[in-house]
Amino acid sequence: MNAVAVAGKAASSIATGKRAERSLRAMVFTLLLLLCMLVGFVVLTTLLVDVLQKGIGHLNREFLTNLDSRIASRAGIYPALLGSLWLMGLTAAISFPLGIGAAVYLEEFAPRNRFTAFLEVNIANLAAVPSIIYGLLGLAVFVRAMEMGRSILAGAMTLTLLILPVVIVASREALRAVPDYIRHGAYAVGATQWQTVWRQTLPAALPGTMTGMILGLSRAIGETAPLITLGALTYVNFAPTGPLDRFTAMPIQIFNWVSRPQSEYQQVAAAGIILLLAVLLTMNAVAIFLRNRYERKW
Amino acid sequence: MVSEETRVRVDVEALRRGGKGEDELGEPVFQLRDLEASYSGKTAVRGVTMDIPRNRITALIGPSGCGKSTLIRCLNRMNDLIPGAKVEGTALYHSQDLYDPAVDPVEVRRHIGMVFQKPNPFPKSIHENIAFGLRVNKMTDELGHRVERALRAAALWDEVKRDLKQNALALSGGQQQRLCIARAIAVEPDTILMDEPCSALDPIATARIEDLMGELKDRYSIVIVTHNMQQAARVSDRTAFLTAEADEAGHRSGLLVEYDRTDVIFTNPEDKRTEDYVTGRFG
Amino acid sequence: MAERAIPVSLTRRRRRRGEQLIKVALLLCGVLSVATTLGIIGSLAFETVSFFQVVPVTTYLTGTQWGPTFTPPSFGVLPLVSATVLIAFIGIVVAFPIGLGSAIYLSEYASPRVRKVLKPALEVLAGIPTVVFGYFALTFVTPTVLERIVPGTNVFNALSAGVVIGIMIVPLVASLSEDAMRAVPFNLREAAYGMGATRRTVATRVVIPAALSGIAAGFILGLSRAIGETMIVAIAAGQIPNLTADPRAPMETMTAYIVQISLGDAPYGSIEYKTIFALGTTLFLMTLGLNVASYRFVRRFRERYE
Repeated sequence: MNAVAVAGKAASSIATGKRAERSLRAMVFTLLLLLCMLVGFVVLTTLLVDVLQKGIGHLNREFLTNLDSRIASRAGIYPALLGSLWLMGLTAAISFPLGIGAAVYLEEFAPRNRFTAFLEVNIANLAAVPSIIYGLLGLAVFVRAMEMGRSILAGAMTLTLLILPVVIVASREALRAVPDYIRHGAYAVGATQWQTVWRQTLPAALPGTMTGMILGLSRAIGETAPLITLGALTYVNFAPTGPLDRFTAMPIQIFNWVSRPQSEYQQVAAAGIILLLAVLLTMNAVAIFLRNRYERKW
Repeated sequence: MVSEETRVRVDVEALRRGGKGEDELGEPVFQLRDLEASYSGKTAVRGVTMDIPRNRITALIGPSGCGKSTLIRCLNRMNDLIPGAKVEGTALYHSQDLYDPAVDPVEVRRHIGMVFQKPNPFPKSIHENIAFGLRVNKMTDELGHRVERALRAAALWDEVKRDLKQNALALSGGQQQRLCIARAIAVEPDTILMDEPCSALDPIATARIEDLMGELKDRYSIVIVTHNMQQAARVSDRTAFLTAEADEAGHRSGLLVEYDRTDVIFTNPEDKRTEDYVTGRFG
Repeated sequence: MAERAIPVSLTRRRRRRGEQLIKVALLLCGVLSVATTLGIIGSLAFETVSFFQVVPVTTYLTGTQWGPTFTPPSFGVLPLVSATVLIAFIGIVVAFPIGLGSAIYLSEYASPRVRKVLKPALEVLAGIPTVVFGYFALTFVTPTVLERIVPGTNVFNALSAGVVIGIMIVPLVASLSEDAMRAVPFNLREAAYGMGATRRTVATRVVIPAALSGIAAGFILGLSRAIGETMIVAIAAGQIPNLTADPRAPMETMTAYIVQISLGDAPYGSIEYKTIFALGTTLFLMTLGLNVASYRFVRRFRERYE
C-alpha cells in the first residue's frame, strides 16, 4: 500500500474512534453493549425452544379440528381458530376503508390548520392508550349502547378502533411516498382532486397501504385484553357462524389453558402458541413479500 | 452584435414558416397585463404585460430565477396547487379572466394543457395514460380511436402501436415525453404549455420534439419555457426575455424585459440586457 | 390552418356535488379518531361518576384493602396501584439499560449492514403477543430461573412478570433512544473523534447528553406501556390484591383485576361492573400523564435538532 492509503487508513481509524479502543475499559464497554443486544435474542430463542418443546407433541390434526375439552389430551383449538378468522376478516373489512379514508383526508385534502393538527395529535395519542381501555370502550359503546351484544361484530369494531392509528400512519406514509409529479400530471389534463386521488395516487400507494393493513392485523390477532373485557368467552364448545355470535379467539383460548391448574394444559397452551406464532409469521412474510414485489421505488 | 450564423439561421426559419406574418395573428390567446405572482408574500415575477398569439409558438427565456416557470404556471392555474401562491394583475384567456372567482381551475386545465420538464407519465400502460384524461373529461366515446389519434399527433403511434398495454415507464425518455404530449393533446385543448420539455432529453429526442412542435403549431397555441436560447431561436415565433432584478425596495424578483418577434430578439434587441443575454455575455 | 372554435365557459362545475359528499365522508373518517377519544372519555366517565356516587373518592384513593366482591366490600385502590407501579418499575429497570445499550450499539457501533439485520430482529420481539410472554413468565421464568435464584419466590410473583414485561418493552425503549441518538448531528461526533476519542467516550460524553430528552421520552413511554400491560400480569403475577413491596409475592394489578371481573358474570349496573370503569379511568389518567410528559420531551428534543 502506498503512503496515501496508509495515512487514509490511519485517519479513518482515528476518525471512528477505533484506534484508541485497545484499552480494557473500552473493550469491556463494547462487550456490555453486545450483551445488551444479545439479551433480546437469547430470550427470544429460549422462548421459542421452550414453546416448541412443550407444544409440538400436541400439535396434530385433532388439535386443529377439536373443540376445547376438560380432558387435556382431547382439547382442540377449532372454535378459537374460527373465531380469530372471523374477527380478522371483519376487522380488516371495517378498518381498511376507515383507515385509508382518514389517511387520504389528512394527506390530500386537509388544510394545514389547527384543526388538522388537532386530529393528528389525537391519532398519535390513541396509539399509546392501553389496549384494555379499548375493551372498556367497546363494552360500554358497542356491547351495551349499540346493543351488539358480546358478539364478533362488537369485537371487530373494538379491534378496528385499536389498530386504526397503525393503519392510518402506514397509509399516510404510502400516500406521501407517491411523488407530486404524478398528481400534477393528472391535474394538468383537467382532473379534479378526487379523480386524481382515486385513480392515480391511491392505486400507486396501494402496496404500502396493504402492508400497513397487515401490520395492523398482526397486532389485532394477538390482542387478548380488550376482547376479554367485552365478553369474549373462554370456554366455547361451538364454532361461530355469523357476526352476531358469541366467540372466542386464539389468544384467549391460550390464556384460558395457561390459567388451568392441571399441568397437562401447559402443553396444550404451547401448541396453541405455536399455531398463533405460525399464523403471525405467515402474515408478516406476506407483508414483506408484498412490499418487495409491489412497492415502487420512486 | 449578434453573429452572422444566428442571423442567417433565423432568416431561413422565417422563410420556412411560409410567411405567417404579423398581420395574420388574429385575436391573442392570452392577454396579460401587469401580471405579478408571489409565493407567501415573496414576489417571484412582476411586470408582465404581453399578448400571446394564437397558433404560434411563444418562448419564454431568461436566466434562472427570472420567474419564467412561475409565469407559465399562472397560465393554467397550476400555481393554485402551491400554498401561499398569489397572482395579481390581469390574465385573460380568450378575453375571459382566468382568475375570476367563478372560474373552475379544473376546466381551465382541460383547455390549457401542460407538459413538464421531467417526463411524468403515470405508472400505467400507454393506453391508460391517455385514457385517464379522456375518462375524467367524459370523452369516452370511441376511446380507442381517440387514443390512437393522440398518439399519432404526438408522432408516437408507430413506435408503440404494437403493444399499447406495455408500461409507460418502459419507454425511453424521449418517448415518455411524447406520450405526455399525446396525453395533453387527447383532451382537445387549444393551448399547450411546455415547461422546459427537452431539458431532460438527449439531442436526438430533443430534435424530434422540436419537429413535433412545428407540426402542432397548426392546431394549438404553444408557450414554451426554455433555458436553451438556440432552441428558442429555432422553434419560436415570438420570444419574451425575462431576468431577475431587484426592485426599488431591493427585493429580487423576475421581470419581463422585452417581448418581440423571435428574429428581432435575437438579431436586433432593443434592451441592452436582452442583447447581453442572447449574445452569451451572461447567463 | 385549422380554425379552432373559442372554448366555452370555464365555469362549469362538473360532478362537484358528488365530490363534496366524498370529501365529507373522508373528513368523517378523520374525525372518527376524535369520536374514539370522546368515546373513551365518555364511557369511562359515565360509570366512574356513578361509582363515586357509591364510594367516596378518599376511600378509593387512600384505602389499603381492595375487595369489592367481599362482604363487607372494601374499595381502597392502593394495593392494585402499588402492584401496577412495582411491576412497571421492575420492568423499566430491566428494559432501560438493555434498551439503551442496544441503542448505543446500533447507533454508534454497528455498521449499516449489521444494523439492517439486527434492527428488524429486535422488532420481532415487539411483535410477539403478550399472552405468549405471559405464558413464558409463568411456565419458564418463574420455575426455571427465579425459583432457583431467588428463594421464597411464589408461583405467582411480581418479579417474573416485571422482568418479562421489561424484555417486552426493550424494543420500544431501544428504538426511541436510537432515533434520538441518530438525530444528533454528525459534526458533534466528528469534533470528538478528531481529538482521538474512543467510540465509548463519544457515545457516553457526546451523543447521550445531546440525545437526553429523546432518551427520557423513551423511558417514560416504556414506563407507560408497562403500566398498561394486562396479559403478562394476569397470567403470571397473581389474582389476589396484595399491598406489599416484596416482588416475590403474588399481587394483582389494576389491569389483572379488570380481566378477572370481565371473566366473571358481573351484572350490568352492579358495583363490580362500575369498579372496572373506575380503575379504567385511573389507568387512563396515569398513562395519559406519562404520554403527555413523553411528548413534551420529544418536543424539546426536536426543537434542538430540527
